[in-house]
Amino acid sequence: MSTAPIANIDMPDFLYLALLAGLAVALVAGPLGSFAVWRRMAYFGDTLAHSALLGITLGLLLEINLNLAVALGCLVLALILVGLQQQRYLATDTLLGILSHSTLALGLVCVSLFSESRVDLMAYLFGDILAVTPGETLGVWLVSLVVVATLVGFWRPLLSITVHEDLARIEGIPVDAVRTLLMLLMALVIAIAMKVVGVLLITALLIIPAAASRRLSHTPEQMAIIASLLGALAVCLGLGASYWWDSPAGPSIVLSATLLFSLTLLKRQGD
Amino acid sequence: MSLLINAEGISLSRRGRQILQQVDITLEAGKILTLIGPNGAGKTSLVRCLLGLTRPDTGHIRQTAGLRIGYMPQKIHLETSLPLTVSRFLALGGKPRLDLTEVAQMTGIDKLTGLPMQSLSGGETQRVLLARALLRDPQLLVLDEPVQGVDVSGQTALYRLIHEIRNRRGCGVLLVSHDLHLVMANSDTVVCLNQHVCCHGHPEQVTSDPAYLALFGDLPERDQQQIAIYTHHHDHQHDVHGKVIRPHVHGPHCEH
Repeated sequence: MSTAPIANIDMPDFLYLALLAGLAVALVAGPLGSFAVWRRMAYFGDTLAHSALLGITLGLLLEINLNLAVALGCLVLALILVGLQQQRYLATDTLLGILSHSTLALGLVCVSLFSESRVDLMAYLFGDILAVTPGETLGVWLVSLVVVATLVGFWRPLLSITVHEDLARIEGIPVDAVRTLLMLLMALVIAIAMKVVGVLLITALLIIPAAASRRLSHTPEQMAIIASLLGALAVCLGLGASYWWDSPAGPSIVLSATLLFSLTLLKRQGD
Repeated sequence: MSLLINAEGISLSRRGRQILQQVDITLEAGKILTLIGPNGAGKTSLVRCLLGLTRPDTGHIRQTAGLRIGYMPQKIHLETSLPLTVSRFLALGGKPRLDLTEVAQMTGIDKLTGLPMQSLSGGETQRVLLARALLRDPQLLVLDEPVQGVDVSGQTALYRLIHEIRNRRGCGVLLVSHDLHLVMANSDTVVCLNQHVCCHGHPEQVTSDPAYLALFGDLPERDQQQIAIYTHHHDHQHDVHGKVIRPHVHGPHCEH
């Protein structure tokens, strides 16, 4: 393994890997986070993320790949939500509130009951990007590229159902399938983002760069791309802060994104 | 005459409340059908059934295979977080089958295409929605309350436009309106709905009627020609819950 210095800064290997993994998540968080903002899915993302912990526990119990377990857990939760939405007495945010906190609580209980010795709870709650392995980094990049490619491929139908579902349906778009696809992509991204910022902060990584990008963009595509760039910048700043001041990496990344968002508030509003 | 949509015996209820009851309706190419009815009569529900957005509890709906529908919804809510210009919004409808510049001019939105959707007024948004429906060169044009909140001259302008489009493209038109008496003069059929079809018929040209002149006499003549009065011929009435009350027929045992 080489420790070639870049610009006279002697970065350890783990920081390179962390940076690589973080950039992969930032790349996909731009467009996906934009959809989360446009479709008001922030709370939905939170709920999925909270259920990820439960997925981890079940993955450990069943001895299957943890990322797969998390993605599957998120999917099951999304399906439960769709089922619950069929009853028309409680609003979606109430249902999400129930699911979100129930799954988080259940995950915490399961972690302590079944896998106390094997699970570093803090790593899952707040992320452990500095401990990411080369194999994991590769996996994060693969998932990120697959999700970005899918988003690009289905860009118009995704945008169309976001603007008006009835119009999209009449114009021949399979709305339910496209909506399910978006949930699936969200579940996949949560599985990889968990490594970077942890269960409790995933939504921040999706929402904040996209929100910061809003004032800087005039088209949906601009907003998605600028969000990716801002996310990447936040990852760099956060990891830098973590390296120099020894602050926790995940929360530092989120705070860097918040800082960037605050800066965009200074921009005079165009439209 | 070629059939676009034929619906028979459509019934729909939600939460134990009857919304549609045994509704038959037929939409034909080149014909304008105006659907009227009071608030809560089930107009939008019927339209949603016809469009395939809601599945009725009973009844059959037959759509011509591959029917291309242009739909103008009642209103549209756009998140301000989504940066979307009018031209991007129009492009979301897919590859246009008609010339964008021409449609934009026809609907009077040619000056708006660069603006964000969220900056448009209600009337402008409606014209953009109409343009998106027209760009598909629809075989059936469905307009859900297009004249809601539009003044009379805007209303007549829209009616004239719809009439012109029908004549030029030969498409069928389904027009929904909550105005029970003033309808588009060029409607081929008017259907009055209140859970079930109360009556149907043709609008009457009564532009010489003094009551009509009092209301619309100031309008230019070409505007006057766009609006007509529809006379209902119901054989029953509805109570406040929408239940049918048939006029009482005296029987041999009546003592009143």
